[in-house]
Parts: sequence; C-alpha cells; structure tokens
Amino acid sequence: MKLFEHEAKDIFRAFKMPTPPGGMAKTPKEASERAAEVGKPVVVKAMVLAGKRGKAGGVKFVDTPQEAEKAAEEILKMRINDLPVEAVLIEEKLDIAQEIYAGITIDRNERKYVVIGSAAGGMSIEELAEESPEKIIKMHVDPSLGFQPYEARQMAIAMGFKGKQINQLGSFFLTLWQIVEAYDVELTEINPLILTKDGRFFAADARLNIDDNSLYRHKAIIEKLKREPVEQNERERLATDNDMAYVELDGNIACICNGAGLTMATLDAVSLYGGEASTFLDLGGGADAERVEKGIEIALMYPNVKAILVNIMGGITRCDEVAKGILAAKKDGDITAPMVIRMVGTNEEEGQEILNKAGIPFLKTMEEAAQKVVELAKEVS
Amino acid sequence: MAVLVNKDTKVIVQGITGGQGTFHSAAMLEYGTKIIAGVTPGKAGEEVNGIPVFDSVKEAKEAKGANASIIFVPAPFAGDAALEAIAADLNPVVLITEHVPVKDEIRVIHAAKAKGITVIGPNTPGIITPGAKQKVGIMPGHVFSHGDVGLMSRSGTLTYEIAAGMTNAGIGISTAIGLGGDPCVGLTTIEAVKLFKGDNDTKALVLVGEIGGDAEERAAAYIRKEYDLPVVGFIAGRTAPPGKRMGHAGAIISGSSGTAAAKIKALNDAGIAVADKPSDVARLLREAM
Repeated sequence: MKLFEHEAKDIFRAFKMPTPPGGMAKTPKEASERAAEVGKPVVVKAMVLAGKRGKAGGVKFVDTPQEAEKAAEEILKMRINDLPVEAVLIEEKLDIAQEIYAGITIDRNERKYVVIGSAAGGMSIEELAEESPEKIIKMHVDPSLGFQPYEARQMAIAMGFKGKQINQLGSFFLTLWQIVEAYDVELTEINPLILTKDGRFFAADARLNIDDNSLYRHKAIIEKLKREPVEQNERERLATDNDMAYVELDGNIACICNGAGLTMATLDAVSLYGGEASTFLDLGGGADAERVEKGIEIALMYPNVKAILVNIMGGITRCDEVAKGILAAKKDGDITAPMVIRMVGTNEEEGQEILNKAGIPFLKTMEEAAQKVVELAKEVS
Repeated sequence: MAVLVNKDTKVIVQGITGGQGTFHSAAMLEYGTKIIAGVTPGKAGEEVNGIPVFDSVKEAKEAKGANASIIFVPAPFAGDAALEAIAADLNPVVLITEHVPVKDEIRVIHAAKAKGITVIGPNTPGIITPGAKQKVGIMPGHVFSHGDVGLMSRSGTLTYEIAAGMTNAGIGISTAIGLGGDPCVGLTTIEAVKLFKGDNDTKALVLVGEIGGDAEERAAAYIRKEYDLPVVGFIAGRTAPPGKRMGHAGAIISGSSGTAAAKIKALNDAGIAVADKPSDVARLLREAM
C-alpha cells in the first residue's frame, strides 16, 4: 500500500521528525487558507501516487495566498500519470543549502533491510546509482539487532557531515527505521531531505509503502486514512475479491491461466505467435468451477477482447472443475468471443470428457493453443 | 542422492488439521512421502489421514524422530511456525504459505541461516525427489519422473509444465525445487545451483526464472565460473510491462532492472541456452547433454 505524501508526513510527525510547516487542502480556497497560516512563500504540491510529478507540472512555488489559490486550482484539475489529483499540500518554501537523500528498503539478495543515504539528493536513487554510485552510502540492517543509533551516526559521517549535524541527520535515519519496524514498511524515502541555510533539517518529501501482506496488522492506521488501500477499477476489485491476480494490458486476447509463472509464459507464447494479451488473469491454486466461470466473466468485462485463451496445467486445480466452469460460463452466455482451451494435468480425462460431450474443442499443448488463439483474434478483428 | 530430500526424509506437517494441510498430507502419503507426524497447537491426540497430531513441533519430533517440516499454516502465523521448526532443528523447512509479511520472512530466513538450516519458500510448491518417491510439497507427483536433471524454479504450475514436457521427452529429474515467488525467499537460485553442483546424481540443470530481482543474473555469473555441466534456462515475463506486479510479489520490473531481456542475456553470456517456449526446454537439454 502506497501512502500519499501528506499521509506519510503525518506518520513522520507522529515520530517527531521535522517536516516543513503547512497542511493539506482539497479546494483552492483551503489552499489559500493554508498558505495564509504559513505566512511566507509556499510550495503547492499535487498529492498523487506517481513519480515525476514535478516534471508534470504538479509542483508550483508561490509568494502569496492568492497565488497559492490559483496554483491549487490549476493543479487540482490535472491528471498525472493518468491519475486525478484530489488534494494539494501547501508547505513553507525552504531556504535550501543542500538536498539530501535518505531511505530504507529491502535488499532481496541479502534478504535484509538496507539503509541508503546520499549527500547528493534531489534526483531519483536509480539515476544517482547510475551516475555516481560512489555518492551512495548503504548499510545493511542486522536482522536480529535492528538498526542502531551509532549506525545512524555512521551514515551521516560517511555522507560527509560534521559536528552537531551528525546527530541531527542521524536521527532522521533512526526515525525512518522506527517507522519501518512499526508499520511493516517495504520502502520509505525522503528525497529531498533539506538542510536549510540556517542549519535545520526537514523532510521535504515523503514516500512510504507498506507491505500489502502485513496490512492485517495495521488496521488502525488504514481506518484513519479513510480510503481503500489500493485504487482499483471495477474489474480489478472483482478479481481481488475473488483472490485472483489480474493485470490489464494493451492487446486483445484474454489469457486465463492458473499460476503466475504459467500465466506470464502464456502471455509470452501469445506474443511469440504475433498476438497481444488483453489480460493477465491468474485463477490461483485449486480453482473450482465457480471461480473459473467468474474469471472468464471478469476477463470479458474488459473491452476490446477478441479471443479467449484458457490455459490450465492441473496440479491442485482439477480439469473437471475447469471444464464445468467453462460450461457454466457458456450456458450463461458470458462467452462473447471465440475461445481456445488447453487443459492438462489432474483429472485431465474427466475434464476432457465433459468438454467432448458439450462439443467444446480443446488442445493438448500451450504452444498449439497460443498459435490458434492468435489466428482467431486476427480473423475476428 | 539428490538434494535436500531423499529416502531418509521424515516429514512433520505443520497445520495438518487445516483444509490445505489435510488435503496435501493425503496427496503426499499417496505419492510415497514419509509423513510421520502432524502439528496443530491444541489438537494433540487427533489423527489426520492416519497421522498422529501433536501440540508442538518439539513433541512431534521427540515422539517420532522427524527431520524435515512442511508448513501450511495461514500467513499471520506462518513465520512463527517456521521459527518453531527451525528451533527444533528440522531441515529443510518448506514454507508453502503465500502472503507472508516480508518482515517475518527476513526473520525466519536469518534464524535458519544462523543454524545452517535450509528454508524453501515461502510461496513455494515445495520440493520433490522422484527417485526416492518423496515430495515435500503440493506439486502433482505424476508429472515428475526420475532421472539426472536438477530443476529449480520461482513458480509452481510453470514448473509442472516444464517437468511434464521433460517427462514426455523421456528426461527425468533428480530433484525439483520450487524456490518461491516472493521477493525474499530462503533458498536462492544461486544456492540451489551450489547444492546441485555437490550432487553426483545431477548431470544437468534446468533454471526456470521470471522477471523481478536479479537472482538469475547472479546464478548465471556463478555458473559461468563454477559449474561445468549443461544448463538450460527459461524466463517467464518477456512481455510483462514495467511497474506491474505479475501475480507473484517478486515478479515486478522496477526501473531498468529485473527485465526478462537482461536475464536472458546474462544466461546466454554464461553459455546457457534459453528456451523461447516451455516445450523447448526438453529439446535444448537433449542438445546440451
């Protein structure tokens, strides 16, 4: 679950981390009020879960509440990365001496959290890693001890800070670690973390992603946010509610399979024969007839589907259940495009018999099936 | 001898009284797996599929002399179950459960590491050694035949697809390991290659990868330097768009890393033939062997 900047900063402040004075606004009028409260030049920022919002025009610096109102009006009308901007954050414009990067994420090779810092903040860590890897300081967190205050100070020292700044900056890393521990955070970044000309540090931006698998133990915070953890369209929500993995793509062949790896391989096979998938739909393990029918229904709700490919490698999923689901979908008139079925594995014979009786053809290999569905999609379109 | 699981493996099923535990312990018994005890706290004295149930791993191990564990416990309690198996020195610990919080995964993986215990998964179909008729997992046993090719994979059904293709082509498997579809897993691709390298009964490898992370690239670099026997690869997700999670939590292309193209290139650079389609794996193996 990705948090908006203002939501992340609420958490930062609850952990006593300094953020620039200001607040959130949902209307231009509120924006003007927030700017008046700050009483100084401010920045107006689009609250949207997308990177590069600055480049998209979603960040504006203004001097007066009137200008803040106007900037907010413009930004609130914007769509960034195809997402609507529903709120803006108004904050004091800081007098910048230096932009710093601070973050914590998971190193999947080491299977450890890794604390990352750089005195050259501002740009994305990927770009920074490419252009000047020597400017990035990394420290892995001992899984049994956690991240220690002396390590936080070492980060600041390694980044080139001296004197009382070592403790000041170090405390940002330590606080980030406390938040990571408290909320099962899989990625958090402050970029930029600003050092002002008068020697104070502020988290000027905030990124905070909570591990979706841990949400069950963070119900209180989710309730407080008063929104769904993930923005989904109707089809995506239906798939999630039915425990299916579902991704929409640009093509016209609906791929319905069992297992993430097999579904990806099926998409690849379709592409190999010159077609393009409209959906990645993984029914999950052990799908019964009802679930198969539901999967077909969801995949066909997406416009532009010209043909359907059902590819099942039965392990805990039984082919007879899959066949029954296909039959049920057909009976209800859900199937509005030509369909190719490939189905092998557990209870293969029973499943094939059901399809035979209903006069529904099927194929034995996924390559034949992929080739066939691409031909059908081309005929239809 | 195969790797990690052989004829001497004696398994405890944690979460045996749940739906998954009951269903798959029956399937494992039918395949030939030596399951000697089950564990569900508070249900000692019950039986599932004729297997005695204990309250704790410690009691089950003491009573029955188990040396491995398979876990079907729901995600919120799976980390704790794995730590219990590790504390009892069971090895390997196969964590089937999906959606385990990554913080719990990290804790489990390092607790195991400290004791030299192999954790397989989480979010894995498990491990199977056809020659010993032992599977510690949920895979359909009949698609795996006995032979001398080691198979490792980050996915489930795709592994069955490739194993079935190998079986149809008359190529058997020493051990097949599902490494798990999460970003953080216990046994990594490179560690699996090292295990197979030390196994005299494994004469070739199949490495099934998918988008996300750089486990395949790391394994390729190791194979290039240290592994002399034939290796064939397959990478799923060539057509996956960046930034979208393709089912598995680990299968996501972030920034410029984790793409199928980068993985295929790394494998090719290490002299590994990469199949375009799952069915090509058997043919490439024939050519390489």
